[in-house]
Amino acid sequence: MTANKPSLPIVENFSRRAAVKGGFATLGAASFVAAISPLRHAAQNSSAGEFMQNHYTELTPEQKSDVLARLESEAKENYGADVTIGDDRPIPGTKFVYAINLSVCNGNGKCVEACHKENNHDRATNQSYIRVLEMPVGTMDMEQGSTTYTGIVPKDGKFYLPVQCQQCDEPPCVDVCPVKATWKEEDGIVVVDYNWCIGCRYCEAACPYHARRFNWKKPEVPAEEINPDQSYLSNRIRPVGVVEKCTYCLHRTRRGKLPACLEACPTGARVFGNILDKDSNIRWILENKRVYILKEELGTKPAFFYYFD
Amino acid sequence: MSSSTVTPTESDSHITSYPRFIGRSLWLATEGSFAFYAWMTMLTALFLVGANAWANQVAGGMISTHMTDHVSWGLYIANFTFMVGLAAGGVMMVIPAYLYHDRKMHDVVIIGELLAIAAIVMCLMFVVADLGRPDRFWHMVPGIGKFNFPISMLTWDVIVLNGYLILNLHICGYLLYMRFLGRQPNPVWYVPFVMLSIIWAISIHTVTAFLYCGLGGRPFWNTALLAPRFLASAFVSGPAFIIVTMAMMRGLTQVKGLERPIATLTKIIRVTILINLLMVVSELFTEFYTGGSHVSAAKYLFFGLHGKTALVPWTWTAIGLNITAACLFLWPGLLGPKFRWLLVSACLMAFVGAWIEKGMGLIVPGFIPSTLHEVVEYVPSMLEWKVTIGIWAFGLMVFTIAIKTALPTLRQSEPS
Ligand code: SF4
Ligand code: SF4
Repeated sequence: MTANKPSLPIVENFSRRAAVKGGFATLGAASFVAAISPLRHAAQNSSAGEFMQNHYTELTPEQKSDVLARLESEAKENYGADVTIGDDRPIPGTKFVYAINLSVCNGNGKCVEACHKENNHDRATNQSYIRVLEMPVGTMDMEQGSTTYTGIVPKDGKFYLPVQCQQCDEPPCVDVCPVKATWKEEDGIVVVDYNWCIGCRYCEAACPYHARRFNWKKPEVPAEEINPDQSYLSNRIRPVGVVEKCTYCLHRTRRGKLPACLEACPTGARVFGNILDKDSNIRWILENKRVYILKEELGTKPAFFYYFD
Repeated sequence: MSSSTVTPTESDSHITSYPRFIGRSLWLATEGSFAFYAWMTMLTALFLVGANAWANQVAGGMISTHMTDHVSWGLYIANFTFMVGLAAGGVMMVIPAYLYHDRKMHDVVIIGELLAIAAIVMCLMFVVADLGRPDRFWHMVPGIGKFNFPISMLTWDVIVLNGYLILNLHICGYLLYMRFLGRQPNPVWYVPFVMLSIIWAISIHTVTAFLYCGLGGRPFWNTALLAPRFLASAFVSGPAFIIVTMAMMRGLTQVKGLERPIATLTKIIRVTILINLLMVVSELFTEFYTGGSHVSAAKYLFFGLHGKTALVPWTWTAIGLNITAACLFLWPGLLGPKFRWLLVSACLMAFVGAWIEKGMGLIVPGFIPSTLHEVVEYVPSMLEWKVTIGIWAFGLMVFTIAIKTALPTLRQSEPS
């Protein structure tokens, strides 16, 4: 390389070429704007307030009540329903755990249905946080199970394994989230801030229990079917493009009620309670029954137990 | 074409002359023959189709992709993974150039770095295309958002990818700018960065592998061999792409002296393609010889599971391409001038083979069967293909312009 050799030639006919290039650039820009015009429609669906909203844990009390009011009016506007959205916080001294009696569960799927209604799931996709596996007796190998069984239950030689979020104490879903949109609360419930999640679905890939769902489209729920008792971190109608999950119905359980799936269960297979309470039913079961933990080898430390009589 | 020197006077500061250099380079990069304009117009058209498809996806939700809660990552993340490899592999030219002081490679090393830049731009676009809420992208920005560092591997990936982009922009920008100023580049300003970029190339790919192999609930990915396998196939696809580029440049540009670099890269692929195959074989051996529940994803991939076989044709195509390419690369006559077309086809085979293996062959089977062992298949939708092609077109546009920007430099470094 020699120092004074011409390096960048200047092009002749500068102005004519400039005009042609300018023309092309304008054309390109105009087509680009036309191509992405559907975005305008998407932008209408989210307000500036929504866009600018901070992470849930960083909202001041005033900001929080503004947000809740905004979400309520959005529910009215988009779904025509009058809802109240609470901000239920964990009750100190509480650690919720769940247990299912596999000797009793008969796979009728009432829990699945109750969850669907309680949590305002999209009607079209018939979503639920619970999946029930029909399994051959004598194995815990889910490879041999089926979630799409039909017909009269229980079937001979089968048992039923309902699976939902295990509210892990070492939740891989929380670890992987790049923006801290999901975390574990003091009462053991793993929650998602639907207004912070960017929808990367990394948590969905990380969860070993298929407990997370993504809103592939805007959920559709008829106004009259909407459950109006809602909470910010649980069953309010989710925005499109974010991940959601079972919250042990925190809008109920933090208000002293039982989860919807438990209330719906006709066999009494489900037990729910505060493990820190020495006199609780759940505590007695965990201490006296043969308890099984799903995928224990993964080290997720579920707060969800299965037991046999 | 008449020409005159545009070397700035001494009094000019870099603050004004660097932007001028970029402007001039871009101006020059958009000059060209009819074929060049046709090529760019085609890429622009494809890009616009992709942009439109993506806008529709954002407006209507990702329901228009064929991803589901069972297979929650698909074509986008598959391409992202492959692109990370391409970006890392592009820098493989740097190793012989600087570690073995191969003078000839020094001059063309910039092609690899430019490829890395284009590939990273594509990576970032694929990630954005995969987000359910791209409007919330700012949540990922450290400082104003909430960055889950160092726990989430994804935040590591964001850091290393952007770092790599900046690193390569600096190296290329500096070398070309010095050329523009008519000065000799000062090694202090780029050699340390070049060395760093070698390590960094390995790190972007390792971190991306950790993204998957850190997930205990997904046995197909949960293997220690994932990161090395990633690297091996990256070091096939990157050099393969560059060989094809250089083969085309011989005809289309006046850049001379590309024979030696092509030969060096061919030698690199000879080794890496075998290492890659060896690792595939070892992994298959452990999977199938041991059996057990871990094997079901691999079974699905190679033979289908419960009658579902969507990935089987992909897999065997990839295997066929990889093995054929490997045989060609082992043949000593491949570098003969008469067989240039054969070398190019071998590179294309290796490239496509790696694309399938890293994409559809790695990301999708991680989800099948699902964690509750359901077999739900995934075949990308038309919209996903459009977005993907649009991003590829944009990446090729970036690469074409980048190469054109570098041409004056590459032309002048002919062997004397
Ligand atoms: S079951 Fe899945 S979603 Fe629930 S806490 Fe555990 S890892 Fe997270
Ligand atoms: S989908 Fe949402 S909650 Fe899940 S990892 Fe991504 S940002 Fe976090």
